This record gives sequence, C-alpha cells and structure tokens, in this order.
Amino acid sequence: MDNKITGAEAMIRGLLAEGVDTLFGYPGGAILPFYDKLWDYRDRLRHILTRHEQGAIHAAQGYARASGRVGVVVVTSGPAATNIITGLSDALMDSTPLVIITGQVAVQYLGSDAFQETDVVGITQPISKWAYQIRRPDEIEWALSRAFYIASTGRPGPVVLDFAKDAQIGLIESHYRRCNFIRSYNPRPVIATENLLKAAALINNSRRPMIIAGHGVMIANAEQDLLQVAERADIPVINTLLGLSTIPSTHRLFKGMAGMHGNVGANYNTNRADVIMAIGMRFDDRVTGVTELYAPNAKIIHIDIDAAEFDKNITADVHIHGDAHDALSALLPMLNDSSHEEWIESFDRHAEVEYREVIVPEAYPEADACGGKMKMGEVARLVSEASENKAILVTDVGQNQMLSARYFGYTRSRSIISSGGLGTMGFSLPAAIGAKLGDPERTVCCFTGDGGFQMTVQELGTIMEYGVDVKVIILNNNFLGNVRQWQELFFNGRFSNTPLLNPDFITLASAYNIPGEHVSTRGELAAAIDRMISAPGSYILDVNIDETDMVFPMTPVGKAVDHIMLNRNLKYEPDNEE
Amino acid sequence: MNQTTKNKKQLFTVTVYSENQVGLLNQISIILTRRCLNIESVSGSASSIPGIHKFTVTCYSDRATMEKVVKQIEKRIDVLRAFLYTDRDIVYQEIALYKVPTIRLVDEKNLEKIIRRYDARILEITREYTVIEKTGHSDETEALFQELKNYDLRQFMRSGRVIVTREATEHVSLFLDEQERRRAEFNR
Repeated sequence: MDNKITGAEAMIRGLLAEGVDTLFGYPGGAILPFYDKLWDYRDRLRHILTRHEQGAIHAAQGYARASGRVGVVVVTSGPAATNIITGLSDALMDSTPLVIITGQVAVQYLGSDAFQETDVVGITQPISKWAYQIRRPDEIEWALSRAFYIASTGRPGPVVLDFAKDAQIGLIESHYRRCNFIRSYNPRPVIATENLLKAAALINNSRRPMIIAGHGVMIANAEQDLLQVAERADIPVINTLLGLSTIPSTHRLFKGMAGMHGNVGANYNTNRADVIMAIGMRFDDRVTGVTELYAPNAKIIHIDIDAAEFDKNITADVHIHGDAHDALSALLPMLNDSSHEEWIESFDRHAEVEYREVIVPEAYPEADACGGKMKMGEVARLVSEASENKAILVTDVGQNQMLSARYFGYTRSRSIISSGGLGTMGFSLPAAIGAKLGDPERTVCCFTGDGGFQMTVQELGTIMEYGVDVKVIILNNNFLGNVRQWQELFFNGRFSNTPLLNPDFITLASAYNIPGEHVSTRGELAAAIDRMISAPGSYILDVNIDETDMVFPMTPVGKAVDHIMLNRNLKYEPDNEE
Repeated sequence: MNQTTKNKKQLFTVTVYSENQVGLLNQISIILTRRCLNIESVSGSASSIPGIHKFTVTCYSDRATMEKVVKQIEKRIDVLRAFLYTDRDIVYQEIALYKVPTIRLVDEKNLEKIIRRYDARILEITREYTVIEKTGHSDETEALFQELKNYDLRQFMRSGRVIVTREATEHVSLFLDEQERRRAEFNR
C-alpha cells in the first residue's frame, strides 16, 4: 500500500515523464484534487494561470507552435470545458499538438445533470483528434501516454482527457510508460516508392513546376528538404499562410503567399503551372478560390500525412502519403538538376506590378497619405524591419492578419502563428503569451485589431502577473475592419454593426502596469516602434489606422484564383500574356 | 472512374472495424451528419476478431462523397479500417419481425398463403398475437410489410444489414498482422 499514489499525482508524474514543464490552466471544483497535488510539484511544473479558459488554450496553441512541443491545458468541468471549445476546434484545424485535461464530476454523478457537469467527450469528439473519459485511476497512465502519442505524431492535433474527480482521488501504483504504438493508428506511413517515381517523372519533365509549401513542412521539420528539392529542380515555392517562413522571404525561389490575399505572381501562375507539388497543405477554399477553375493546366502531386486530405477539395494526380521530411528526402535523389529561368522570371514580372500598384501605397505610403493616419501594411513592414525580420509574428484574424503576414519578412522557420483554419478573433494575445513562453529567446510581435484585442483583453492580466514580454500592436481603425471591407465591396457600403466605440487602450494597459503609447500620426511611427522593440518587457502600440485601408490584392469569393483585384476597381491583366 | 459514376446517387454500405471504445458510433455518425447524410440503416456488434467491433451503416449518396467520408471515418484513432461497398460487392441480409392478431391468422386463409409465399416463419403464437419473422433484402421485408398491413399489423421492426464481402482477401486480418509486426519492431 505504501507505494500507492493518488490519480492526480499519477497524472502529474506522467506529465513530467512526457517532458512537460509548463501548463496553461484555470482551477475549479472538479479539478481541485489535481491542483492540490500540483502545489507539491510547483518547482518542476510551471502553471500559467490565464484569466479565462479560452486564453489558456490559445496560449497552449502559441506555445506548441513556437516550440514544436505539446501544449498542455488543465481546466475544470462544465463551463471551463465549454470555454476551451473554440481553441480546440482551432487546434484541430491548424494541426496543433495539445493535451487538454478537463475535470469532471465524480462517476456516480455522470449523466445526472450534476453541478458543473457537461458531456465533454460528446461535445469534443467532433473537434478533437481523440477524446477519452478517465473514470478509474488505473486508466490514467494508459490514457495520458496515448494522449501524448496521438497529439504529437502523424498529423498533430488536440486530445481531450476528461478526468473524473474520483479517478483523481483514488490510489494506484505508478508505472508510467510512454506510448509508442497503437494498433488502430499508423502515424508514420511508409512511403510508396512507385508514387515517388511518378512524382519525380512529372517534375523532371515539367517546364513550369511550382511548389506550394504548407504548415506540414514546418511540422515535419522539413525546411531543409524543401530547399534542397526546390533548388535542385529549380522550382519556385509559394507558401500557404501557415506555411510562411518555411523558406526565407529573400530566397531567389520564394514567390510569395497563395490565396485570397496572397501575391499576384503566386496566384496568377498557379493557373499557368504545368506541375504543382503541394506539400503539407490541404487546398483550403481560401487558397484555391473556385475549385473547378483551380490549376487547370497542372498535374498535381499532393504530399500529406493525412490520407483524408487527398482528393478532398482538389483531385490530385499523385498522392504521396507520408511525412513531408520522409517524402522530400526520398524524392530528392530522383530529381534532375533543372533550370526554369524564364518561368521563374515570369513571377517577378507579376511582382513588379504588385509592387507598384499594391505594395508601395500600402507599405511605403507618402508621408501625408490618409491625412497622417497609417496603413496596416506600413506598420507591419516597419515592425518587421525593426526586429531585423527575426521576430515571431502572432496575428489575430482579419485585415491585421492578412497585412501583417504579407508585409512581415521571414528569416527562420516557425515565425508565424495565426489562426488559419478556424479564423478565431481573440486568438493573438493569449497565443503570443504562449509563443513567448515556448521560445523565450525570440521577440514576439502580436498584431491585432481593436475588435479582436477586446475579445481576450483579460489576458493582459496574465502578461502582468508573469512578466511575459510580448509586443502588442493594435491596428486601431475603430472598426471591425475586415467585415467593413466586405461591406464596402459587396454590401453597398452599409456598415451594419462594424464601427466600434473603443476605450483608451493605453490607459487600459496602464491599469495592468504595461507601458505603451498612442501613435496618432505617421511621423511618430518609426520612433514608437523602436521604443517598443527595445523596451525590456511588454509594450503596447495603439496605432491610428485609416479605416478605409483595405487588404489587396484580393480574389473575390466565387472567382478563379487568377481573378485578382489590385484595388477595388483594377483587375490584374498582365502586360505580355503569352 | 468517370465523372457521372462518381456523382450518381446510390445506396452505399460502409463497414467500420474498430476497437471496442465508448462513443465509436457517435464518431461515425457525426462525420455523416456534417455532410448531411441520413443513415438508412445501422447495425453494430462484436466482429469475428476478439476485441474488435464491426459497424455496418448504409446511406444514399454519391461515390465521391462516400470515399471522402470513409477516409474521414478511418482517420478516427480507434477505427482500424473502414470500407465502402455497393450492393454488388456484398452478400447482405436483414431481418424483420411482424406482429399480427392471431385471430386474423385463423380466420383468413390468405394470411397463411402469404407467409408461405414470402418464405417467412412463425416465431411465437399466443391467443392474442402471432410473431412472424422474415429475413431478406429490404425490398422483400418491405413487400411483406405492405401485405400484412391489410391484416391489422400491430408492430413491425426491421434490423440493419449484416453483410459479408465477395472478396477473397480479408483486409482487416491482414492489417492486424501488419500492425502486430510493427508492434514487435517497436518492442525489440
């Protein structure tokens, strides 16, 4: 009997055995035995008390994506469990490894509408990679080891463990063993050589090949493989939003971002390419535009570890089922040294028009443009430059997301953390906290809007309590800007419920002892950014943005990917159509 | 596969082999629900392999959609394999039970003829009611249902499908063998 410990302690020892040193969470009734035992382990397990459970899960997402480790969340039952739903769905869409432990009422009360009881497994099953209810202490180690294995392997994702209170209290002997095998789960498929040979033949015979590198490249740590393949076969590379930073922005073969607000060359040439190799990406509708009109001239090679992505949105000619590193490293020796000079230069011709028509007015406006109010693109560009293009960009959702992603420079991988799939407003502030804790050496810049900032603004308290160094840039146009843009373009400028009456964000921040400043006019911007970057801790800039500023280029919904608007009146028509 | 066959609506049978975990049927049904697919029939039970459960679900849809659905079902952690079939690929059977008042059976000669003609059988007779059983395809159990409606049918219940494939290969057994080989490798 002497060597028995409580289920709560077994869970904590299991977390330590998995290499966990940081938890994000919020205590409550049904998880109290766990929190009580956690107190004994506070020298080994750092617990970050966020100000809302949604903040805890977004912070864990930021932590996981910055560090490549599993983010761990601990919350109580009922409302706490339902408060993590948004982050759970977000993490599933964006392939983020999380283990979430929710307290649950004692087993005898299950199904009885007990206080703070909710059907966590039932609610979370559709939006988690795996969800399991632990009812007995002897299930804890089995479930926790499986949870870490499932969350971190294959296509990563969030796992929910619903931890009944009596299982936390009951006694067991602890024999923790990490999981490395589940009979019904094959996370690292062996790649079929015949498919690699087919892919190599397509690439070796192509004249206009293109690579779309997604988040999967980052998850598989396949950045070097990507570069080697692209350089050997001389293939231009474009990124999805979440794939940004897998190739340096200044690389000769990097040709921008794909999708609705991506780069002109990237999107226009998608429909001119004869072979497209898509790596660790899922042909999201924001990337493809109308699927029937997508890449009509291309044979498509799709590399993905998730077989359910094959032919889901776009039918591919070759499926390579496996890890991006495994696939690319096996493909490399099959590729010929090639040169596609003319094809690569064609991207640059499109880029010149984009630079002149879109980038200059957005990122390099005249000193007196917009009466001194600033453009979002110029703010992003200046912040990126001030951090020598080495910061981690954490974005919220909307115009701030698109424009900061576009105008940031990327010099190393894992430099963008954004809610790509779910599009969660309020994601950025807590995610930035997690990112800084996950990779403390790097500067973390949180770009948000006045709308999204207020959705999780309570996490300023977390920044204050733990002294987390996050640079927050509020692109403040007193509008829900992206919705406003759609209202202006597609709903006759009827700004239904998009203007916001905002508080003074700097006064608000000062209540949390976080320094910051208003940036009212363009003349103050560069110096304010320098003060923010060189500040020893957190700093907030409240930047006065021109509310008419819109995100361009734009492929409108319902159009082909190469139907590109350079501004609201000007559709892109290349000068020398071949 | 050309585009028209891919888009033709027909009845598909999906079989799912899974670990015996709580909530498996929920995991399968939510994937169908997301795509607004009605489950026409469902049956679930232990399979011939110890510890492994088998679910059989039918729904009307097109092949392209169903292929995606099956991949999404197979992606669930506790699912071993999932397969998609049309009626040509399988031998299948359903069972139906009918309850009619015994008095009608005694009074009307027709009823006896019907039972014989449909190759149905009587399971239980009491003074009040008689329970009739019919196995077959759903059009057959449906036809008997339509006939018995004229004889004061009191209750009718039809099962989901039980199926076996017309293939020589037992994919699930092969999958399990392969996985056990992997397990041995990990534990070496």
